[in-house]
Amino acid sequence: MNKIDFDWKPLALVPVLALLVLPFIGSGSTWVTLTVAGLAMGMIIFIIASGLTLVFGLMDVLNFGHGVFIALGAFVATSVLGAMGDYTASASLWRNMMAVLPAMVVAMLVAGAVGVAFERFIVRPVYGNHLKQILITMGGMIIGEELIKVIWGPLQIPLPLPEGMRGSIFLGDAGVEKYRVIAVVVGLLVFGILLWVLTRTKIGLLIRAGVQDREMVESLGYRIKVLFVGVFVVGSALAGLGGVMWGLYQQSVIPQMGAQVNILIFIVLIIGGLGSTTGALIGALLVGLMANYTGFLVPKAALFSNIALMMAILLWRPQGVYALSR
Amino acid sequence: MNENMLSLQGVHTHIGAYHILHGVDLTVPRGKLTMLLGRNGAGKTTTLRTIMGLWHASQGRITFNGQDITQLATPQIASMNVAYVPENMGIFSDLSVKENMLLAARWARNAGQIDAERLKWIFTLFPAVQTFWNHPAGKLSGGQKQMLAVARAIVEPRELLIIDEPSKGLAPAIINNMIDAFGQLKASGVTILLVEQNFNFAKRLGDTVAVMDNGVIVHAGSMKELAEDEALQHSLLGLAI
Repeated sequence: MNKIDFDWKPLALVPVLALLVLPFIGSGSTWVTLTVAGLAMGMIIFIIASGLTLVFGLMDVLNFGHGVFIALGAFVATSVLGAMGDYTASASLWRNMMAVLPAMVVAMLVAGAVGVAFERFIVRPVYGNHLKQILITMGGMIIGEELIKVIWGPLQIPLPLPEGMRGSIFLGDAGVEKYRVIAVVVGLLVFGILLWVLTRTKIGLLIRAGVQDREMVESLGYRIKVLFVGVFVVGSALAGLGGVMWGLYQQSVIPQMGAQVNILIFIVLIIGGLGSTTGALIGALLVGLMANYTGFLVPKAALFSNIALMMAILLWRPQGVYALSR
Repeated sequence: MNENMLSLQGVHTHIGAYHILHGVDLTVPRGKLTMLLGRNGAGKTTTLRTIMGLWHASQGRITFNGQDITQLATPQIASMNVAYVPENMGIFSDLSVKENMLLAARWARNAGQIDAERLKWIFTLFPAVQTFWNHPAGKLSGGQKQMLAVARAIVEPRELLIIDEPSKGLAPAIINNMIDAFGQLKASGVTILLVEQNFNFAKRLGDTVAVMDNGVIVHAGSMKELAEDEALQHSLLGLAI
């Protein structure tokens, strides 16, 4: 018997996919640009999906309303960044960060606070009933979208990148947008913090145990519902952060943006294995890369390609790449 | 102090549309090992789960140390120093043996904060727990998992241990180890309620016994009396213990 072994095979899928498409793309510099764009997109999706996968894993709750927190985060960012024009107009990355960081913090706080109410009034009454969960959380998202329209209006709002985050850096001939590098760094930071909490703290241990067998965690004397509320709120806050990142990535926000991203999130969760944080990262990176490669090679197949990817993964590992023992 | 640590009076339990327990009356004397016997489907596991609050009694009363716990939530009951080992052992397969133990030590934030003396005692009871300390619990054998499940239940001092079929699926040599370990646990003064189908296992350990059938207790008394009374055994074995 071995000590805890990490299963590296799913992690290898990311470089394997990247290398497989290289001959089809032809140009090395284009491949680098697309790969960095894919990784950046994947990291943003991971930030959004990481909380949702734990919510499902811990309480078996299918929250189709997760998208509302994405949109909320993005719209809050438009207000915060809009009020800090002096900082966003500066060419200094540090001054830009002094606007973007508060926008992220406020977006996370607002999304987290709304998450408390969403859990209490929408999710809690439907524990244990998947059909009701799907219906009521989708309804919650629609209401959320309408409330966003009431506050910020129904139209698309531009969310331009701060001046210092615009433009590209060059790796040889390959141009890589600065913001995509920032997105990768933020994504890695979120993953690192989540991994640290999950593997090095008692709370993380409880979450991992709760994902496997919540009844046993309760039998050990822990209130899993309190833990779940905490995870739900953190998941909502991360979706808010992801919304800021996604909005800046798209450079505009619309009230329906959460619903648009929802489908990608669920593909990511299914690929990764419901409840697995590392699985969500792998799934998000694969989806991000696939979307960018097919967007370049066969634009009309962009969405289908991710569904095909999900089907291929499920044929290999029906429970997702990092299926949890239950 | 009440002689009975745990007492069930007329407990009924419904699971969905099914009426499983039909008025269970059961007492668990303090400091003794009580065996709960009965055929498959008699309601033994439901009784344990109802005591733990995993399913709530629809009627009747459950008291622990004189306090009514009938409608308390599972974490509240567990916090009264009641440990439960379910039939499936409830091992967290993706966690290591150490992490499984750490979870049960509620006030320890890391393995170093687990009571070292107690851990040493547990290692003497269940050496496999020490041997595979850093290994994934999911890779342990069935017997090792059962040892871990019981070790986890006693990582902190408990007043009452509730264990569901610890000998199920285990090899005879491992069952003997378990009997030795339960013997030592008994000697330490902890009160134990143990569900069992293996009568030989039960008669070697039990102080008192209750036999269930069709969701009610059909016999209660001393284990010694049941072990020595063949006629009684036959009448109860007719219920396929």
